[in-house]
Amino acid sequence: MAFKIIASQCTQCGACEFECPSGAIKFKGESYVIESQKCTECEGVFDAQQCASVCPVPKTCVPA
Amino acid sequence: MSAPAISLESLSTTFGDQLLGTMKPGGCASSCGSSTKPDDTDPAVWEKIKDHPCFSEEAHHYFARMHVAVAPGCNIQCNYCNRKYDCANESRPGVASEKLTPDQALRKVIAVANEVPQLSVLGIAGPGDACYDWKKTKATFARVAREIPDIKFCISTNGLALPDRVDELADMNVDHVTITINMVDPKIGAKIYPWIFYDHRRYVGIEAARILHERQMFGLEMLTARGILTKINSVVIPGVNDEHLIEVNRWVKERGAFLHNLMPLISDPAHGTHYGLSGQRGPNAMEMKALQDRVEGGAQLMRHCRQCRADAVGMLGEDRGQEFTADRIPGEVTYDASKRNAYRELVAQERRDHVAARSEAIGLVKAARPGKSVLFAVATKGGGRVNEHFGHAKEFQVYEASPRGISFVGHRKVEQYCLGGRSAEATLDGVIAALEGVDIVLCAKIGNCPQDQLAEAGIQATDAYAHDYIETAISAIYTATSGAPALAATA
Ligand code: SF4
Ligand code: SF4
Ligand code: SF4
Repeated sequence: MAFKIIASQCTQCGACEFECPSGAIKFKGESYVIESQKCTECEGVFDAQQCASVCPVPKTCVPA
Repeated sequence: MSAPAISLESLSTTFGDQLLGTMKPGGCASSCGSSTKPDDTDPAVWEKIKDHPCFSEEAHHYFARMHVAVAPGCNIQCNYCNRKYDCANESRPGVASEKLTPDQALRKVIAVANEVPQLSVLGIAGPGDACYDWKKTKATFARVAREIPDIKFCISTNGLALPDRVDELADMNVDHVTITINMVDPKIGAKIYPWIFYDHRRYVGIEAARILHERQMFGLEMLTARGILTKINSVVIPGVNDEHLIEVNRWVKERGAFLHNLMPLISDPAHGTHYGLSGQRGPNAMEMKALQDRVEGGAQLMRHCRQCRADAVGMLGEDRGQEFTADRIPGEVTYDASKRNAYRELVAQERRDHVAARSEAIGLVKAARPGKSVLFAVATKGGGRVNEHFGHAKEFQVYEASPRGISFVGHRKVEQYCLGGRSAEATLDGVIAALEGVDIVLCAKIGNCPQDQLAEAGIQATDAYAHDYIETAISAIYTATSGAPALAATA
């Protein structure tokens, strides 16, 4: 139960990093990466996954 | 006309020369600023805009701005934007600016301030939204303010997160904010913005546009209430919001906007934007002019903002950004205030002089009898003077003299006649074409040959007013020739 970022599409805007309620997203090397152990899919906090809702590139923050 | 009391260029110090030598004509500032004359500007407002090249047409002759792209996160999607590139709100679409961390930005600002003493404004524009990606914006301003206390800050924003930040903006002495407002009718907004991210969810369609519109108006009202100057940028999208911008102008004016800047949509499939890919075209120059003329008299219009890159550095049309990329900036830089202070002293004195000369010149023009309008194209490299050689000019500043006084109209870009890659002949034809409609060219020096060819094209060119203030030169010619189209004595 986690989301992932398709690194090749990421623009490195960093919006997902500061929207994530679980602190699961970090910048690593070339792109932002979701740490799957920390990702809660925003369960119980928000109705929609924050990373996927804010990401400017379609289908870039997707279920792992 | 009396000789200028102090000529910056005649200062014998190499320092003065060096300072002015770096001034180049034509830039954002020159063209996008308000053309309000100092003598009819409210003193409190003047205090705020006087060193800001984008807000004051007068300041663009003396000061430089720089932008740093530190806030790449954004909370809306615009159909004219592709996030791989700069935010098209305020910047040039299709170019990618260097993203910096607040610490890198601080080093860059110090490096620039040490090299470019004209620097007076640090702006944060797209890619991204300075109010939404707020932590990075705030950290950058706080760090820079600690090192360079007298620099002014400005931001540009899409407005969605603006109401949340107004108090902090006021606390941090940000006294200029640019909001991009493309619509006041959510039905039109829905054609421009596919979605927004607000209050932890994504909104689409008319609901998204309605929220954005309400937040923009609210933010604008809050800024006005706190005395923070606002510039409204509107992207002109033919067939979508072009007519509608007349109403936008009315709304923003009612809410205290200081300037309204119409920017043409730049649309190219290669930019990968929705509009670029779907074939939505941008407006042509005549459409822009017609629209500007129709909103004239609303909030003051900025003529010809140059849509600089988000990492632009420099004065007027110049962009020295490439000299200051992160890899060229040393890890440690120390701010040296001496150059900027010396420059400011020089400028303060020169400006007092210029303001006086300018109001005198405008008075003479207003008083001159036969009331026709004459267009002047001026070659200048800054300082408000006729001080560039005809052949070195990369652009001409266009002024109109008429019974209403002297006003700045805009700029015309040209290929440098002397340095052009093509034959001088072909280049001169290009320059003549670019000067269409201009009656008189003022420059510091011009050869007989180009002068004759301009004359054949019906344009009189003179270097008789070399190094005079622009307005002084214009009024001398205008008052001498009002009625008769003869400039033979000086031509
Ligand atoms: S789904 Fe939610 S918790 Fe998981 S990475 Fe995205 S924002 Fe963070
Ligand atoms: S929001 Fe999307 S584009 Fe931006 S950093 Fe996250 S994954 Fe990359
Ligand atoms: S984009 Fe350039 S021209 Fe326009 S306001 Fe900013 S600095 Fe001035």
